[in-house]
Amino acid sequence: MDFRLTPEQTGFAQSLTELMTKGDSVAAARAWEAGDHAPGQALWTRLADQGVTALVLAEDDGGLGGTPVDLVVAFEVLGHQLAVGPWIESAALAPQAEGEMVTAGVSPLNPYAVDADVARLLHGSVSESLQSVDTTRRLFEVHDAQPFDEGAIDLAVLACSAELLGCGERLLADSVEYVQQRKQYGRTIGSYQAIKHQLADVRIALDFARPLVHGAALTMRPRDVSGAKVAAGDAAYLASRVALQVHGAIGYTAEFDLGLWINRVRALVGAWGSSSYHRGRIADALGAS
Amino acid sequence: MNLDLSESELTFQAEARAWLAENVPREPLPSMDTAEGFAAHQEWEAKLAEARWAVVSWPEEYHGRGASLVEWVIFEEEYYRAGAPGRVSQNGIFLLSPTIFENGTQEQQDRWLPSMATGEKIWAQAWSEPEAGSDLASLRSKAVRDETRGGWVLNGQKTWSSRASYAHWGFGLFRSDPESQRHHGLTYFCFPLDAEGVTVRPIAQLDGEPGFAELFFDDVFVPDADVLGEPGQGWSVAMSTAGNERGLSLRSPGRFCATAERLVELWRSVGSPVEYRDRVVDAWLGAEAYRLYTWGTVSRLVDGGSIGYSGSVNKVFWSDLDVAMHETALDLLAPAAELRGPWMDGYLFSLSGPIYAGTNEVQRNVVAERILGLPREPKGA
Repeated sequence: MDFRLTPEQTGFAQSLTELMTKGDSVAAARAWEAGDHAPGQALWTRLADQGVTALVLAEDDGGLGGTPVDLVVAFEVLGHQLAVGPWIESAALAPQAEGEMVTAGVSPLNPYAVDADVARLLHGSVSESLQSVDTTRRLFEVHDAQPFDEGAIDLAVLACSAELLGCGERLLADSVEYVQQRKQYGRTIGSYQAIKHQLADVRIALDFARPLVHGAALTMRPRDVSGAKVAAGDAAYLASRVALQVHGAIGYTAEFDLGLWINRVRALVGAWGSSSYHRGRIADALGAS
Repeated sequence: MNLDLSESELTFQAEARAWLAENVPREPLPSMDTAEGFAAHQEWEAKLAEARWAVVSWPEEYHGRGASLVEWVIFEEEYYRAGAPGRVSQNGIFLLSPTIFENGTQEQQDRWLPSMATGEKIWAQAWSEPEAGSDLASLRSKAVRDETRGGWVLNGQKTWSSRASYAHWGFGLFRSDPESQRHHGLTYFCFPLDAEGVTVRPIAQLDGEPGFAELFFDDVFVPDADVLGEPGQGWSVAMSTAGNERGLSLRSPGRFCATAERLVELWRSVGSPVEYRDRVVDAWLGAEAYRLYTWGTVSRLVDGGSIGYSGSVNKVFWSDLDVAMHETALDLLAPAAELRGPWMDGYLFSLSGPIYAGTNEVQRNVVAERILGLPREPKGA
């Protein structure tokens, strides 16, 4: 029994973080948002060279033979650094040995294909694009989509949960930094209990969501995967609400980067099955046991 | 990363499960906060100790079996899953004993630990005072040196002293240096509750039973042999106990997993009403999160890490979860929820969780200041 990440996994997360920080992943997201895919694609290639899209593929299939735990380690970083592109599709739903950028619509949980203008659509065809609340995700309605098997979908749900966790951590970190420098009424606003307690609740929610994400990665039982999505979604959403609140009006602007994570969380909370859908799946499992 | 138990841990688990299945009383014992129930719970402790299940992590010479931390958590899971009685000896075996093991002399360990393990002597904590609750360091009960007799004379008042209505011994902090402020000049004392000059006044709790008491000290003599740790160092001696109370020891995941399982059963027994679905699922998920979080903590501790301030994260989570689970059960039971029974009793007990062992407001301050690094609250006037 050792419920901790291995030093290799922690090191992998660190190297991905460094790669994305040096590659200015936020600037790449801004460019992606404006329709310039080049910086995002360059970053994609570097991450793919680290094996991110091939993590859970067996070595015989040209992958790294990693585990779902390795996958969630990577996706927490992708969320933290605001990665752009169809990562969930290309690394979890349909892992790619060669690092190709692929996308798909999965009805009914995730019917829109994200970034089908730059990624290869796995099944069916798409028409004109739809606007996501997350301006870094361009969505496309898919016609003649084909079903994926449940295991593949659950890996996508798990990856989405880990990405949410990473977004939540980033929102908390940026908020803690902000309330330590912002002063009102002659005091750092981070010294007010009304601010402290909200941020403490975010810390607590994230700390108790992470073991569910890691636990689900170990078992891959459907109820555990759903539990990971519910808890990570709830925690990240709380982080986004509190982050916006403690930042005040500056956080409500499109120009300030915080909003990119706020809108990413809102998009992912609904993607790959709503909290209600996943609670239903847990309830079915509990009711049947 | 894995959650697999070793061969010997599985054997330990099977042994605990079998013994509990055989020995846990079929009917719940009367409340431990009644004279009759207190005695019944003491008997149960004696039975546990005889089979060496009372204090599994203690050394064998004190009725333990030298169990590892992992085995301790396994035992706690099995204990609560079996629906075994609450632990009347809990203040002693979980809160005080780590302090005795760490700071007590050999003589004190030999004198106090065996009767604590068997439930023959029940210990009550004496921390809070009427003017010192969350702000424990403002305590004013005092200890004055008595060189002639070789000890100290205690005066003052303690309150909210859990189990003190029927317990035999108390432990707590007194100000032994009258010039001292706050955390300095405090000494940690142990004292029999029937010592001359100690008056115990039981206080009925929200459930009507005297689960705690006020303690009055009127020139109570305590010999040097009953001082725990160095005189004047009481605060740091006490912190090892407080760390345990806020940390792993008191609230093992077993208790919450068992409550969640019973809630799921209750929900199913009334036809799995859909309007309660999300609350029941969240209870199950919260207990599962707590269980896994604890295994993470255990993994760190086994590797030499410390609980640190994560005890505060923990405490807010489990206490809020416990209240929410019981509220859901009562809503499911309505209108019969109003009747006294296991769920209502559990609910009343759960309401104390966000208050004791450091209120959740204090814990959130700790999380914000010590973990997130936010500035300390400006001091009050």
